[in-house]
Amino acid sequence: MDMNQMRVISTVLSFIVFLGVVWWAVIPKNKRNFDEAANLPFADDDANMHNSSGEHK
Amino acid sequence: MEAQATYNYKVVRQFAVMTVVWGIVGMLVGVIIAAMLVWPDLNPGLPWLTYGRLRPLHTNAVIFAFGGCGLFATSYYVVQRTCQVRLFCDKLAAFTFWGWQLVILLAAITLPLGYTSGKEYAELEWPIDILITIVWVAYALVFFGTIVKRKVKHIYVANWFFGGFILTVAILHLVNSAELPVTFWKSYSAYSGAQDAMVQWWYGHNAVGFFLTAGFLGIMYYFVPKQAGRPVYSYRLSVVHFWALIFTYMWAGPHHLHYTALPDWTQSLGMVFSLILLAPSWGGMINGIMTLSGAWHKLRDDPILKFLVVSLSFYGMSTFEGPMMSIKTVNALSHYTEWTVGHVHSGALGWVGFITIGAIYYLIPRLFGRDEMYSKKLVETHFWVATIGIVLYIASMWIAGVMEGLMWRAFNSDGTLTYTFVEALKQKYPYYIIRVLGGALYLSGMIMMFYNVIKTISAGKAVDAAIPATNAAHHA
Repeated sequence: MDMNQMRVISTVLSFIVFLGVVWWAVIPKNKRNFDEAANLPFADDDANMHNSSGEHK
Repeated sequence: MEAQATYNYKVVRQFAVMTVVWGIVGMLVGVIIAAMLVWPDLNPGLPWLTYGRLRPLHTNAVIFAFGGCGLFATSYYVVQRTCQVRLFCDKLAAFTFWGWQLVILLAAITLPLGYTSGKEYAELEWPIDILITIVWVAYALVFFGTIVKRKVKHIYVANWFFGGFILTVAILHLVNSAELPVTFWKSYSAYSGAQDAMVQWWYGHNAVGFFLTAGFLGIMYYFVPKQAGRPVYSYRLSVVHFWALIFTYMWAGPHHLHYTALPDWTQSLGMVFSLILLAPSWGGMINGIMTLSGAWHKLRDDPILKFLVVSLSFYGMSTFEGPMMSIKTVNALSHYTEWTVGHVHSGALGWVGFITIGAIYYLIPRLFGRDEMYSKKLVETHFWVATIGIVLYIASMWIAGVMEGLMWRAFNSDGTLTYTFVEALKQKYPYYIIRVLGGALYLSGMIMMFYNVIKTISAGKAVDAAIPATNAAHHA
């Protein structure tokens, strides 16, 4: 296999992987996971301070 | 539960304070060299203080000292808070702080002495390159080690950006700094000719893409939601634009070498990928700004949020301008002119500077046990002074750049050049003065910040926040 074929294959593979990422991002099944992840910055004690008023920083 | 029940804030504090200090140093050198372009006599005749030696000192100080310390501080803070564990290995984290300061110190000594490998943004000579590599490996160990021992299920998107930045910068540094040492302070690149140029700008543009973009997007994805008090607008968009950015940035480097000895197809490839980059860049910008939807009123009286949101506007502006400038016909006008300098500074002062400043203002009170900065009014003043400074800087460079580009390409009917080089230079003079003024305003904002930080620190005391008991809802 010559170098140019390798280049073509790696480019096409990269593109397919990217399409896979897009598919993974948009399927409704993953929505709950993403919502959970999006709330991670608020899961620490700053947020708990407002919610439960028990924590001090 | 682990024995250590607090976050490691010490290393965050150290890096956060040094961000401000190095910011002032780097920007001061910038103002000095901008003034030297107006008044060349400013150099008292010392070879160590010539423009050619101070310019790399300025770029290294603002990118790697100011920006670098900002990235260390924020990434260490964010990875701990979003993984809900203490930083992996305190000693190694402390080593990254002192090691990085040593790199900066060595840069500040060797660059004025004239030791340089001559590669833009990678000027430091081989012994320092090795030190950088060691510190960076330690950084990667601390960062990814913390992710590995996280107590939550997901890896928050900010950490993806920080992780991408750390990994890619390691690869870029290793490949571009491959060199053959001849003496202790002199080495030659492992590549030659057009290949050397291509490797250099593959590095150079990805330093922009990963050091100055991916890392700072990591800052954006944590601090914008926190300061706005609401989660990021679209997590899906953040996933797609992260991977789109990773896949395309790598190819954009050749746009720095239009109309050179680089093969023509490589130049066109670089141009096409630079144009594609507009999509993921604006995806990130829109995602950040839309996070504020429903909370726009907060912008009115929150100067920190102003810094963060205006930084995103500058990010959007410069990532629109960049692809346009990478089009070969536009580049024929813009390249080698002040337009490029204006473009870089709208990204550096506007995007990188403002997002860092906003994040540091967020961090300092939390790291020192205060509710807010010593003077909120001074933060507000800093914001306006710095904004006016940026506008003066980039507007003057746009005008000067387009003007000199047009003068350089003007021909008489007999085919001779209409203007000599020095005529174009003379025309730029007033704009150089406006640039000094803009830079001085931006620097004075940083000095206000330094005062505000010192006052906040002296009124508070260093605190290490406790790690919350694992939250079942998020542990899942």
